Amino acid sequence: MKAMEHGMKVKRSYSDKIFDVVNIIVMLILLIIFTWPLWFVVIASFSDPNEVWMGNVLLLPKKITLIAYEELLNYSSIWTGYKNTIFYTVVGTLVNLVMTVCAAYPLSRKDFVPRNFLMILFMITMYFSGGLIPTYLVVNKLHLLNTRWAMIIPGACSIYNVIITRTYFMNSIPHELQEAATLDGANSFQYLMKVVLPLSKPIMAVIGLYYAVGHWNDFYTALIYLNSEKLLPLQSFLRDLLMRAQTTMNVNMSGMDAASIEAKMKLAQTLKYSVIIVSTVPVLCIYPFIQKYFVKGVMIGSVKG
Amino acid sequence: MAGIVKKEKENLGRRLLRDMKKNWILYVMILPVVIYYITFSYAPMYGIQLAFKDYKVKQGIMGSPWVGFSHFQRFFSAYNFKQLIFNTLGISIYSFLAGFPIPIIFALMLNYLNNKYLKKTVQMVSYAPYFISTVVICGMISIFTNVDTGIFNTIRNFFGLESVDFLSKAKWFKSIYVWTGVWQGMGWSSIIYISALSGVDYELHEAAIVDGATKIQRMIHVDLPSIKPTIIMLLILQMGSLMSVGFEKVYLLKNTLNASAANVISTYTYEVGLINSDYGYSTAVGLFNAIINVFLLVTANQLSKRIAQESLF
Repeated sequence: MKAMEHGMKVKRSYSDKIFDVVNIIVMLILLIIFTWPLWFVVIASFSDPNEVWMGNVLLLPKKITLIAYEELLNYSSIWTGYKNTIFYTVVGTLVNLVMTVCAAYPLSRKDFVPRNFLMILFMITMYFSGGLIPTYLVVNKLHLLNTRWAMIIPGACSIYNVIITRTYFMNSIPHELQEAATLDGANSFQYLMKVVLPLSKPIMAVIGLYYAVGHWNDFYTALIYLNSEKLLPLQSFLRDLLMRAQTTMNVNMSGMDAASIEAKMKLAQTLKYSVIIVSTVPVLCIYPFIQKYFVKGVMIGSVKG
Repeated sequence: MAGIVKKEKENLGRRLLRDMKKNWILYVMILPVVIYYITFSYAPMYGIQLAFKDYKVKQGIMGSPWVGFSHFQRFFSAYNFKQLIFNTLGISIYSFLAGFPIPIIFALMLNYLNNKYLKKTVQMVSYAPYFISTVVICGMISIFTNVDTGIFNTIRNFFGLESVDFLSKAKWFKSIYVWTGVWQGMGWSSIIYISALSGVDYELHEAAIVDGATKIQRMIHVDLPSIKPTIIMLLILQMGSLMSVGFEKVYLLKNTLNASAANVISTYTYEVGLINSDYGYSTAVGLFNAIINVFLLVTANQLSKRIAQESLF
């Protein structure tokens, strides 16, 4: 009996040891798969275009130069896009936050009579929508097409974030506070501003960042609703540079000799690295500080109801 | 009977009025949100009737003549109908088969990592790609699959294989789409499982250890059953979107050379709707897709209610 138990233990620890080793190896490989592509873009943007072209840049930058960034400075439309995107992100996120609180707070109050009806009204939109053209026609009818507001108003509120915020209001703010505030003569709005919101800073940070990242990365809305170059966000210009660079290059290259064509192509390729860095850095810079909040947001959101 | 129902209705109406007087602030607050959803979600639903109409700009949605199901008939007999359905289903089923189990396995393995520092690092790094924009992801795909300089071809050449221009070959399209999607989303999707795993009762593990279970056995017999409700909930949600493939990434990666594998319903509704201005037809195609999605969601929900006693609604 003892011997058998002992044998089982040995077998188990042997199997577990193999498992641990395999697990660590898999995780290290994943670490490389996750980081290398991003790292490569960083080092390629600082390297000599020739070295990148030859495939010599793999782990560290070679012949460090800022030429890709200098070239980017001349590319004025990127900076127009940058300005527009900052506007859409800041104003859009503010509108989003106001709308989300305006929806989530009443829906979190158990004494709010139309609570369930409105909840269903809003949640249906998660599963069913009018589709591209009917929505487009509404935006057109409201004269929002090709205006800055087209980037902000049609996406003013996300029901998913409303549910997260409502869940937080219901579960994390003690109900007694409301009774106390009512006794002190505060109305719902004063209670919301002075008690609920100051206690909800973490969730406001989470959904604010969800919205902000959404605006920063938004490409679709501009594709559908905007056509004036002045209004386009960063992502639209990025798309031109990253996905269409080759074709536009070919048009401009007639009448050049082979060497300068090659030089141009290499530079265009390098430009891709620097533009990725410049456009993604704002998001990735704040990322390490906020990632724990993002995780918290997913967890609150996963609580059913 | 009728009298009682009427009385209750009156009560509800009166209750609502009384509540409106007492809590008018709440009603004022939520009013803009109600207006927003009516305007941007329900008004477009009303516009769905376009799917049965021949849209004339001058006559508007209401005034345009009815054409019955002719848009649908045109879609079902379109030369590319089969291709669109095949690609849409193909991409989403492939995405599902790869993208659904991998985050679960990833979370399980991460859960058994003894080295706390490695665990934290892997976790943090794995979420990062989720925040990169689709445009940048597609740009990176085009960089890494480049015929001359891309890393995939560098690796192929190292093993003596010829370079392949991945993005211009239809047969590579689905794999590129799916595996870059796994790269971008697996960390983020695993968060919910990691949090579910942290709630597993440790006594169950202790009992399993006493019984001589190995880590793999504990994974299968303790962890998996404990996080089953989470898995099923996400499974239902995924089933509901089996007929929808996101627009942006396909649109960005698509070109004339790989289009035969890349045309999906969402890019088709965009092309016929906004590029060709064929509003009625585009709405019909979109509606067909939306109905199938709702049907799939409800079916998946019913199935899981019956089989696993778990449901979304």
